[in-house]
Formats: sequence, C-alpha cells, structure tokens
Amino acid sequence: MENRPLEYDYTVAKMFMFTTIALGIVGMLIGVILAFELAFPGVNTILGQGLAEFTNYSRLRPLHTDAVIFGFTLSGIWATWYYVGQRVLKVSMAESGFLMFIGKLHFVLYMVVVVAVVVSLFLGITTSKEYAEFEWPIDIAVVVVWVLFGVSIFGLIGIRREKSLYISIWYYIATFLGIAMLYLFNNMEIPTMLATNAAGESGIGNWWHSVSMYAGTNDALVEWWYGHNAVAFGFTVPIVAMIYYFLPKESGQAIYSYKLSLLSFWGLMFVYLWAGGHHLLYSTVPDWMQTMGSIFSVILILPSWGSAINMLLTMKGEWQQVAASPLIKFMVLGSTFYMFSTLEGPIQAIKSVNAIAHFTDWIVGHVHDGTLGWVGFMIMAALYHMAPRVFKREIYSKSLMVSQFWIQTLGVVLYFTSMWIAGITQGMMWRAHDEFGNLAYSFIDTVTVLHPYYAIRGVGGLLYLVGFLMFAYNIYKTMSARPVEESELQNASPMGA
Amino acid sequence: MFHWLEKHPFFFAVGIFVTIAFAGLVEILPNFAQASRPVIGTAPYSTLELAGRHVYIKNSCNACHSQLVRPFKSETDRYGHYSLSGEYAYDRPFLWGSKRTGPDLMRVGNYRTTDWHENHMKSPSGVVPGSIMPAYTWMFKNTADINTAYAEQLTVSQFFSTPYNKPVPMKDGSTKIVKMGASTAEANALALAEAKVIAADMKDQDVKDAVANGQIPEIVALIAYMNSLK
Repeated sequence: MENRPLEYDYTVAKMFMFTTIALGIVGMLIGVILAFELAFPGVNTILGQGLAEFTNYSRLRPLHTDAVIFGFTLSGIWATWYYVGQRVLKVSMAESGFLMFIGKLHFVLYMVVVVAVVVSLFLGITTSKEYAEFEWPIDIAVVVVWVLFGVSIFGLIGIRREKSLYISIWYYIATFLGIAMLYLFNNMEIPTMLATNAAGESGIGNWWHSVSMYAGTNDALVEWWYGHNAVAFGFTVPIVAMIYYFLPKESGQAIYSYKLSLLSFWGLMFVYLWAGGHHLLYSTVPDWMQTMGSIFSVILILPSWGSAINMLLTMKGEWQQVAASPLIKFMVLGSTFYMFSTLEGPIQAIKSVNAIAHFTDWIVGHVHDGTLGWVGFMIMAALYHMAPRVFKREIYSKSLMVSQFWIQTLGVVLYFTSMWIAGITQGMMWRAHDEFGNLAYSFIDTVTVLHPYYAIRGVGGLLYLVGFLMFAYNIYKTMSARPVEESELQNASPMGA
Repeated sequence: MFHWLEKHPFFFAVGIFVTIAFAGLVEILPNFAQASRPVIGTAPYSTLELAGRHVYIKNSCNACHSQLVRPFKSETDRYGHYSLSGEYAYDRPFLWGSKRTGPDLMRVGNYRTTDWHENHMKSPSGVVPGSIMPAYTWMFKNTADINTAYAEQLTVSQFFSTPYNKPVPMKDGSTKIVKMGASTAEANALALAEAKVIAADMKDQDVKDAVANGQIPEIVALIAYMNSLK
C-alpha cells in the first residue's frame, strides 16, 4: 500500500461532468433559438400560438443566461474541483466518508435547484435582476448548495497531505468567497407575504414573491457590483484555476513563473471588484464611481494578462504541441481569447467608447468571445483531460476533437465579428443627427439594419452548438464504447502518446 | 509572506476576503442614503401600476428595453429629459436594463397612448413595420395578480416607509395622494376602478367584458404601468 500511488475517487466529479454536458446543451440550444428569434421573429411562435408565452424571446432569455452560467459553467467548475482538489491536495475523497457525503449532497441539492430554476423561469417567476433572477426560496437553496461547496473545499484542505496550497486552490477558494459575498448582498429581499394590513390580513398574494431591499440607483449599483463580479468569480477566477492545473498537466511543462502567478492572483482579487461601475457609465450613479469603474477596468488588463501570459509562456519551447494535440489547441486558444476579451472589456469601459457601445450588441459580442472562446473552450478541455482518467479509457476520437475545435473556432469568430459590426452600427446610428440637428434615424431603422448581422450571429452560435454536440458525443463514446484500461493513466496524456 | 499564507488556508482565505470586500465598502456605501431620496414629482406606484410592473418583469421586458436616458443630446431628443437618481426612488427592483434591442421606455407614458399599446402588444410589426418584437397575445387572456401587487405595497410602506396614503409633492406645487387599500378587498376595488379607465380606451371586447365582470387582464395592468412612466 505504501508504495502505490494514491487512487482518487471521482464519483462526484463524474456526476458534475454529466450535468456540465447536459446543461451546456440546454443552455446553448436556447441561446441559438434566441439568436434566430432576433433574426427571424417568426421563430418566437415556433411551437404555435398557444405556447408562444413560453417560447418567446423575453421569457427564454434569462433561461439561456442562467443555464450557461449556473448550469454549464458552475457544473464545470465543480466537476474540475472534485477532480483537481483531491489531486493537488494529495488526498482522496474516499478517505473521508463525511466529505463524500457532502459531495453527493451538494450534487443532489444542486439538481433540485436546477429543476426549480427551470420551472420558475418558464413561468415568469423572476426578480428581473440579471443573473440573480431567482426568487427568495431558490436563493436560500442556492446558499445551502454554496455552503456545501465551501465545506468540501475547506474539508479537503483540512485533511490534505500536501501542505502548500497549489495556485488552482487559491482560485477555487476565491471563487467560493467571492460569489458567497456577492450573492448574499445582491439578493437581499423581503418576502411580501410577511406584510400585514390594518384588516389583520397576512400572507397576501404569491408566497414566493419578494421585493428588493434596495431601490433604484442603489439597487443598480449593488446589482452591477454583483453582475460584473459574478463574471469575475464565475467566468474568470475558477477558469484560471482550471488552466493552472490542466495546461501544465497536459503539456508536461512547469508553470512559467510563480511570481507572475502571485502578482496576477492578488492583483485580480484587488482590482476586479472596483470595476463594476463600468456597467453604469452615464447613469444616475455619482460621477466619481463611474470614473473609478472606468479606471480600474483599464488597470484590470495587468492581472488578466499576467495570468494569460503566464499560460502562454508555459508553452515556451513546446509550441509543436499546439499542432499535435487538439487538447492543447483548446487551452492555448482559450488563453488567447482570454487576453482578447480582457483587452476588449477595458476598451468598452472607457467613457467615450462606452457612450457608443452601451446598450448595443457589441456588449453581447464581448460577453460571448469571453464565454465561448475562454470559458467554454477551457471547460471542454478540462473534461477532455479528465475523461480518460476518470473513465479509464482513451478519448474516443482525436480527429473528431480536431474538427470540433475548428468548427467552434469559426463559430466564435462569426459571433463576435457580427456583433461588433452590429453594435457599432447601432451605436453610431442612435447618435447621428442630420444637418439641421434632428435625429437622422428613427429607432426602427437601427433595428432593421441589424438583420444580416443577427443572421450571421445565429449561424455562429449554431456552429458552436454543433461543436458542443460533437464534444458530448466524443465523451459519451469514451465512457461507453472502448475497453477499460487496467489502471488509471499515470503520466503522458493520451493525446501526447 | 505569500509562502507562509499558502501553508495557512484560514489566513489565506481571510486575506482574499478582505482584499475583495474592500472595493464594495468604498464604492457602494458612501452614497447609499443620498441616492434613494425621491425628487419632487415622483410618486409611488398605484396597485394596478405595480401589478403592471410585475407583468413587465414576468415577461422580462427589461431584456430588450432600457429605462435609463443618458445625458446625451441624441437621447434627450429621442426619449425626453435625462434620468435623475431620485426618479427611481420607488423602483424595487430597478429596471434600467442592459440592452436596447427596442427603444428606451423611461418616459414612454409621455408619447404613447393606451390605444397605441393595445395595438402594438397584439401585433408589433403591424404598428411598427420591420419590428422584431414578438406579440404578447397572452397578456389579453391572463389575469393580473392584484393581491401580490397589494402585498408588495404593504411591504414597502411598512419596511421602507414608502408614502402611500400620504401627500407627495408634485412639480406644479400641488400634492398627490396614492391610495393603498386597507384590506385586500379594498385594494382590488381600487385597482378595478383604475382598470375601468384604461379599458374604456381599449377596443378588445374580451378585455372590456373581463373588466366589466371585475377581472383585470394583464394587458390592462401593463398599460397602466406604461402610462405611468413619465
């Protein structure tokens, strides 16, 4: 026993891998439907007039964002946590019955929340705050799920053999703490059933309805402090955690610089939270807050690029791997999209640029080059790396991975280029005046002009979804169609071999 | 120091928390009380208007329509006076939105009528050729939830002292009193009285019949809310 390598227990990691794929398909499918609804409004009633209430754009939109954020991404984060955590802390989940129980409970309660969210959003039960649409009963369940995640992190840390915390663990801890703080404060609300009136009535109206503790400008400020940093601690921090583990593992290269990882980690922690104000430029929040948001957004380039450069330099001298391994392709392109997206964001946060970009599709484009190019690619790469080790089988098809990579890359490029053009076109048309000082265009002119770009975006999204289905198929075939390896693969990646 | 922190998870986590909590404290807290004061002319929503606001939220209208006029000539030309912080004092939640797939609605009550909304919600592209907005026909059939709107009025008046049944100063120097029912029955009666005024300007016979029978379709509440946005 002494001389054998530790056998890790991937029971919980597997469960979350399944939901990553399932909810990814659901979320992206809804996204594609939404894209085509904007290009071809007839799609709104695709299931007939009777079901139009549940298939129209506005009812589906929160389902898309929440399915990809809290379904696909969060599942991906947890799948990797239950895999990476054990490995870098050098302790198996099987060693603690308690942590195994917590992990399974975490998954089961998460499933309950997913079902509750889907049902409630279809019915139009929403608080309307972006990425915080859930009403109070679901919020409470989310908090419980999150606490279980925390217990798992700190429990595993508590029984670790490797005393020094690896970089990925820093980022997982930050994800846990950041989202906990943001979610709690942004969802402060009072259930309306608590109110009583002079006639002595109470429990009036829907029991699930609540009202925000903040009003107007304050509510906006708290919401975008949350909304922006949910991106930070959901789309950046945990994804960086993944790449710090999976890129060195897959490439066999050591992280380029420990000091650079220190600088970018603590820099990111300090700077990110200030930048939320860039969602509120030219709004009614005080000017100094807007300026702070703008300035810190630009400073944010430093820690973001610090991580990305650290990753790219990790590949120093080993660039032939990018050509040889589809998995390395995904991670290197993911890092590149991360750099691209974290340069684009600060540009949009400059006040004069924001005056044109805000409220337009350019913002939508920005979100998607980050989420499709960085988050999506990195989570799929992580699952591709984990699958052979978790299921003890080689990846089913390497050539399928390569085609998937190119199809999805094309999809992302079509997506963000069309949205750039759409956004800037619309922003410029809104502000155009004729020679007499009158508005040059009525609003509908600025809508109809976008039709070709909306159509191209729909195609881009569809290509990405097709690639994702190829990914799902590849993983499915990996776990079911090939003979089981004798033991867990230890060293070289199946791709490198 | 960093090497030490990396071996002491508790202090590491405390370090992260302090680093990330700092920005929120500095940016959000100082202005909190100031930003929530209403400007003159801003009154709380009536029961029917609030029920309409719930219809607006239920259908995520804010996914495509903003309610925030920025201080640019092109926006004030198109939508009216730029937004003031105090105008949102009774907006819980705020509905600024983040995307203008359709036009801003901050002051839509100034330039659209009940009749226009009725036609538009039935067939957006019939009223605005080229519009990509879907029709919201179910709003003509679903019944608005007056009780929940009333419960919200009670909640905000109890927890946040929102001035219902109290004089609120208006721009012309007069005062306005927004009534809130003392009981659920009275709240429904107030909403129905308001709904009758809206329905009188509408053409849809089913809606008119429903209101005459004491039912309030969602569309009536929504239009009351739209008309209140000024």
